[in-house]
Amino acid sequence: MLKSTKFSPIKESDSKLNRLGWLKSTFFFLIIVVVLILFWEGYKLLASPDGQYLTGTAQVKVGDERVPGPLCAGIGLCELKLPVRADDRSMPPIKNMISTIFEPPRRGSNEILFTILLRASLFTLREAVTGFLLGAAAGFFLGVAFAHSGLLERGLLPYVVASQTVPLLAIAPMVVIWMGGNWMSVSVIAAYLTFFPVTINTLRGLRSPQPTSLELMHSYAATKWDILWKLRVPSAMPYIFTALKVAATASVVGAIIGELPSGIADGLGRIILNFNQYYATGPERLWAGIIFASLTGMTFFLIITLLEKFFVRHRPADAV
Amino acid sequence: MTELAVSIKNLNKIFNQGSNNQVHALKDIDLSIASNEFISLIGPSGCGKSTLLRVIGDLVPSSSGQVLVNNKSAHQARLDRDYGMVFQSATLYDWRTVAKNVQLPLELMNYSKEKKDARTREMLKLVELQDFHNHYPWQLSGGMQQRVSIARALAFEPSILLMDEPFGALDEMTRERLNLELLSIWEKTQTTVIFVTHSITEAVFLSTRVIVMSARPGQITHDITIDLPQPRNTDTRENVRFFQLETELREALRESERMSV
Repeated sequence: MLKSTKFSPIKESDSKLNRLGWLKSTFFFLIIVVVLILFWEGYKLLASPDGQYLTGTAQVKVGDERVPGPLCAGIGLCELKLPVRADDRSMPPIKNMISTIFEPPRRGSNEILFTILLRASLFTLREAVTGFLLGAAAGFFLGVAFAHSGLLERGLLPYVVASQTVPLLAIAPMVVIWMGGNWMSVSVIAAYLTFFPVTINTLRGLRSPQPTSLELMHSYAATKWDILWKLRVPSAMPYIFTALKVAATASVVGAIIGELPSGIADGLGRIILNFNQYYATGPERLWAGIIFASLTGMTFFLIITLLEKFFVRHRPADAV
Repeated sequence: MTELAVSIKNLNKIFNQGSNNQVHALKDIDLSIASNEFISLIGPSGCGKSTLLRVIGDLVPSSSGQVLVNNKSAHQARLDRDYGMVFQSATLYDWRTVAKNVQLPLELMNYSKEKKDARTREMLKLVELQDFHNHYPWQLSGGMQQRVSIARALAFEPSILLMDEPFGALDEMTRERLNLELLSIWEKTQTTVIFVTHSITEAVFLSTRVIVMSARPGQITHDITIDLPQPRNTDTRENVRFFQLETELREALRESERMSV
């Protein structure tokens, strides 16, 4: 129920500006995609046919003979090696990546790669979201506990930090041994990557209120519970969402890695591993898998960003 | 006999007691404040006037001595929600609308929805912000924000209003307008006001009594009754007695500053 007041014109132009901002950033994102494609293809154009040298500096075949390239003969720039090989195996052309998405990956199967990757992405996303929710809940709970007890913080926080120094590759098999290889074990592995940033930022955010904001609550003889939900948690929201955005992409990575020791065949992890093994015969398929993996992470990130727009509204522009 | 709102006997406050950066913030404070008085605390920086306000409000514990508020301990008075606080910064919660900010104490005190809405309307009318219910704090000017914070402090009808330099960050014009507004609110609500300020003019204009303090240790040096006629208005500032009292207060402050070295 918005009453119209003197200030409403400002609000309207604000939301218009916001919409423009969205258009702008989408446009900017597309520009970047185009620039990346041009860079990829341009780099390939600069390479000699075998992809090793800068074009014109490598030897060229004339009949049965090999002769120095024009740049080598002309100004003495001979066999200038490129930092990354640019042949079609190392850097498959973009159009191959796109066309392979719409072909069946194996002869005899009638499902195109797109459907397979989409199904795998959704499967992995489900594991990631479950893990994310587990991890975020655990992280939030730990943050709240630490914010209220210096003893708990001093006692447990070092272990929380230490937990993140153990490589995921070592943790994942342990989780599979304890829980058996199923998609829940994958979620637990994803949660392991999620809870840490949420814990740290929740703790930081819960401690962010100004001293006078707390004094105000004390002057009302507010309970700790009220202070938590009416002051600390709302103040922590920008901090928590920053962590959730980090955690969203991390949970997808965690799920993909977690699928390997869990023996999950339906997700992106196995597909990427497979395409990796058959890279020589179809490099563009691995690249297509990578694109889908990153799209999955970005989708999750965008969902959290939209939730943030909803939950962290009406803050002054200079808020976190 | 008028009822005592606040009675302080032999109050001491020592910060970091026992360590080498020990600070004697308040020394042997004796102070009685009658109900419905408007008391200003004034003094040089570091004289402990804000600390005294916080000890009265039970936001800072005292080191020794007795503080009675409405004939009970300051702690009990806080639990009974006898205090409304206003700080130098409006301390509004960014994520709440103006109306929701005013309702904050009412929510904590479990007012019914009808009562909450009625009180909010009444309070915002009192501070002349009835058209700003659904605005967010950052959409308001500093003076308007401070009026919201006063509305919030008075929403649950506390018997004592504690104000810590509430208009210190505002420009002179806004400050003078809010001074008048505060006086009319005080007349309407019959609360006891304890008001910390740096401004001599503000103290004389608003108060029924001004308490002058000196620094290191914080002590009460003067207790000046402001016998200007009520109700006060813009003409009060041109009253000869107003200038006399300003001068008296200025000299008292100078004296207490000499004692503070």
